[in-house]
Amino acid sequence: MAEAVGVAADSLAGCRARAARTALDQVVLPGEELLLPEQDDGEGPGGAGERPLRLNAAARSRGRVVCGPGLRRCGDRLLVTKCGRLRHKEPGSGSGGGVYWVDSQQKRYVPVKGDHVIGIVTAKSGDIFKVDVGGSEPASLSYLAFEGATKRNRPNVQVGDLIYGQFVVANKDMEPEMVCIDSCGRANGMGVIGQDGLLFKVTLGLIRKLLAPDCEILQEVGKLYPLEIVFGMNGRIWVKAKTIQQTLILANILEACEHMTADQRKQIFSRLAES
Amino acid sequence: MAAERKTKLSKNLLRMKFMQRGLDSETKKQLEEEEKKIISEEHWYLDLPELKEKESFIIEEQSFLLCEDLLYGRMSFRGFNPEVEKLMLQMNAKNKAEEVEEQTVELDVSDEEMARRYETLVGTIGKKFAKKRDRAIYEEDENGDIKPIKAKKMFLKPQD
Repeated sequence: MAEAVGVAADSLAGCRARAARTALDQVVLPGEELLLPEQDDGEGPGGAGERPLRLNAAARSRGRVVCGPGLRRCGDRLLVTKCGRLRHKEPGSGSGGGVYWVDSQQKRYVPVKGDHVIGIVTAKSGDIFKVDVGGSEPASLSYLAFEGATKRNRPNVQVGDLIYGQFVVANKDMEPEMVCIDSCGRANGMGVIGQDGLLFKVTLGLIRKLLAPDCEILQEVGKLYPLEIVFGMNGRIWVKAKTIQQTLILANILEACEHMTADQRKQIFSRLAES
Repeated sequence: MAAERKTKLSKNLLRMKFMQRGLDSETKKQLEEEEKKIISEEHWYLDLPELKEKESFIIEEQSFLLCEDLLYGRMSFRGFNPEVEKLMLQMNAKNKAEEVEEQTVELDVSDEEMARRYETLVGTIGKKFAKKRDRAIYEEDENGDIKPIKAKKMFLKPQD
């Protein structure tokens, strides 16, 4: 069935197009087109699973599909723009169609609205701070975008400070803007990150791996000694522990754990726990 | 009669406001329609078949927040920073509850104490607005609690 569809699609598109369902968790390359599966089970005789999408009542009754990072909309299909593994998430509550995205690896961060990032203040000009977030442009941060900040009560931010904030505006046409409060006006942990500690850079994929709900690395790290970590989606991690040596050990572990297998990691943790 | 007169006056003149005041609503409508026709004929349009706007049901998002459930970015372990640990519980619970439940706000005054205060508060404020005759109801006990409200003295109709 998928091959027949592929052949038909070939004649139309001139490139290999396969069903998204068959490509889940497999490596996809940029330029591939993916067909979205029909989600109505009762639709059509014989239950022909994958079919090129048509604009009719059946197609419209399907929920909205979200195409996430690494994918673009190309007519009725999804076009892959980054190489990586294709992932899918089922819709949690009702409306849906689910989310498709490509799990790719990269070091260069592109600002995205809603992301929490760590930035370094590089300049103070008038009413705004210029914050370097690792993107193509420094983001602007207004001095009123802190909790409890008013025109008279300015926040205590100096050049060189670390800021944990989120983007409100981030697209390719405009300079990114970030804030340190949420929509209700509360800080929720955002703002200037405290004294001391160490900031270092890792790949974006590692950050997402560490922030996954069931991450074992963090659970093991948390058992070692008291520490504090801040993860920025732009690949920056800030760590702080009681002594400099502990901080450096922590930084080395986090940088190295990307390329270690689970066994090697456990060995290292057990050695650390002994010492 | 009107038609003969109109053929002599120009259309621009007829379109002027002072000429339109005397017209019927019907003739006004006709004139409006004629005007619209003139405009639409002069309007340029593409001589192409009508393209059906495709209803796209694919939404593009560049953010990973929708894709993966990520934990909150600030973390503290073994009590290094108690405020961050509190935040961790708050933010991660929010994610799990899908932001439906409101978090239990830490109360300065407990619910029971609040209920007790309201109970007595009703009495004290009621006393303020009670007339002199009704103030007897609000006499306080030795403990300072308000006595239960007795039956109000109403006019009793004498039985025959």
